[in-house]
Amino acid sequence: MKNQLIIQDLFVSTKTGKQIVDGVNLKIKTGEIHILMGPNGSGKSTLTDALMGHPEYKITSGKLILNGQDITNFPIDKKAKLGLFLGFQYPIEVAGVNFAQFLRMAVNEQSSKRVSPVAFRNILKSQAKKLSLKDEIIERCLNEGFSGGEKKKAEILQLSLLKPKFAILDEPDSGLDADALKYLFNFINNLDFPLGMLLITHNQRILHFVKADFVHIMIKGEIVKSGDFNLVEEIERSGYAEFA
Amino acid sequence: MLNLPKGLNSKTVEAISHYKNEPDWMRRFRLKALGLFLKKSMPLWGADLSGINLDDIYYYISPTDKKFKSWDEVPKQIKDTYDKIGIPEAEKKFLAGVGAMYDSEVIYHNLKKQWEDKGVIFVSIDTALKIYPDIFKQYFSTVISPDDNKFASLNSAVWSGGSFVYIPKGVHVDIPLQAYFRINAVSMGQFERTLIIAEEGSYLTYIEGCSAPIYSKDSLHAAVVEIIVKKGARVRYTTIQNWSSNVYNLVTKRAIVEEEGICEWVDGNLGSKVTMKYPSVYLKGKGSKGEILSLAFASRNQIQDAGGKAVHLAPYTSSTITSKSVSVHGGRTSYRGFVKINHGAKGSKSLVRCSALILDSVSRSDTYPTNVIEEEDVTLGHEATVSKIGEQQIFYLMSRGLNETQASSMIVNGFIEPVIKQLPLEYAVELNKLIDLSMEGSLG
Repeated sequence: MKNQLIIQDLFVSTKTGKQIVDGVNLKIKTGEIHILMGPNGSGKSTLTDALMGHPEYKITSGKLILNGQDITNFPIDKKAKLGLFLGFQYPIEVAGVNFAQFLRMAVNEQSSKRVSPVAFRNILKSQAKKLSLKDEIIERCLNEGFSGGEKKKAEILQLSLLKPKFAILDEPDSGLDADALKYLFNFINNLDFPLGMLLITHNQRILHFVKADFVHIMIKGEIVKSGDFNLVEEIERSGYAEFA
Repeated sequence: MLNLPKGLNSKTVEAISHYKNEPDWMRRFRLKALGLFLKKSMPLWGADLSGINLDDIYYYISPTDKKFKSWDEVPKQIKDTYDKIGIPEAEKKFLAGVGAMYDSEVIYHNLKKQWEDKGVIFVSIDTALKIYPDIFKQYFSTVISPDDNKFASLNSAVWSGGSFVYIPKGVHVDIPLQAYFRINAVSMGQFERTLIIAEEGSYLTYIEGCSAPIYSKDSLHAAVVEIIVKKGARVRYTTIQNWSSNVYNLVTKRAIVEEEGICEWVDGNLGSKVTMKYPSVYLKGKGSKGEILSLAFASRNQIQDAGGKAVHLAPYTSSTITSKSVSVHGGRTSYRGFVKINHGAKGSKSLVRCSALILDSVSRSDTYPTNVIEEEDVTLGHEATVSKIGEQQIFYLMSRGLNETQASSMIVNGFIEPVIKQLPLEYAVELNKLIDLSMEGSLG
């Protein structure tokens, strides 16, 4: 049960009772990269938001187990502290909150030893550089006025400092050009800590940048097929229709 | 030592004036103001003031007759009070002078020699009446008449304590003068009065802050602040008020700004039971400017009725009113603003921006803007936004490991950041701390 994130027979509804996720099972081991694909509206983002604990959604049955611990109903921040990370498809802007100060506070919350502001800034700057993010980004307000690409990179920058055990990345690649994709995935592939990843994408090209261990196809709230990276080629050839 | 019983009548006023050994004109001024106060009705608008029992208030209390020239002489009890408020030792370094008000008396004054050499006067207002009677009489009550409103009448009748600042022509005082106020007696009224005169081309930054613990009985604070900004002068007056949650804080603040002069009010209101405060600029001279930045934070059982007032009396004048308010735990904030552009004030501009953040479903915020425009060739802008704290923002911040309180604190502190960055560091830090405490529900 160690080094595993298990999604067990998970059902998710909206607050108003509309069922969206229909019994999903996934097992992600540390070091593995799982790719989740599916047409728009298949419930991928709902699944990821619900796993993190978004108040719009309700897990009606099933379990989320992180390293053997049932965290299904844990508060959002506790899930984060136990090592679950959600990379947002549309990162949220928070006016007046300095990016570096916010992230240092978040990092300090997660670890017992506190990092000094100066040391933290230096680490942050060097990581930002690797992502080809401008230095000034860390002095700006959280996601405010960031370009689409900067927002996506800033999510991964946060991930690299928070060092979670498992990351769910909701379309980290959407809106990025080829160069940005290269930087982003080169950075992800070279993270200096063990990580299991569930990566949601619409982009088959992603396989040029990342080595996928498993590919899953989600349609209408269910995972209808799982396989290795060859599954992506199948989708590329004939679309999702044949899986429906 | 003068200690008067509760309640207000002409004897109270006579006794205060007699005790202070005031000239006859001031005694008569006070009595006339008392007459106006008794005649005027309570305001028919704004917050509910029915909880004020005017007979149950001390109108004068004197804790000490002594004034202190050095920090060492200040009694331990008072120093402890400052420690609790969190005024750091380091502050002395960049303060030109400290006027600390304890009860109704200014007890400590220390103005550095460098300013005295330039002719700057910074003394308690009672002292100014004695030592600088001519200049005092020339300006006192010329900005706010005792007839202005019921609480200005009250203040005019029983005023005691406060600061007097005179900046001579061309002199720049860019180190903040600072005064700390504090209510320390049950049911005690505090009626300080501040008068600032900035001569032509001078510059002053004045900061006052106050913080008070919680008391069992209602208390009334009715202050008057008058500022005269002469041609080409610039004054910034910053206030952070955090009265205890039983205080009615009803303050009249106004500046008259002459040609090309600039007056800026930065006004932060955190505490009190009810605050009614609308710093005003009367733009009297051509090309003069007024800026009002108002911040209100209302928590449990608190009403913050705040805003600003700009009256354009001359051509090419401009005003900006920016209001930010936060309501939480059932607190209520109101923005109340008044902009008037007189006939003939052509080419004038005014911009009002108010934004309110409401943190929960039991809290409330209202906006009451009034614009009176008598001139055609003017520009007037008004932006108002009300937002509830974003579920998405909370979710986002919590997904990074912050708990709900930390997340909301962060959002609130971010929201008021445009005001915070106008404050000296110590204030900014203190304010952020106070907001964190409020969010945890451990205040108020």
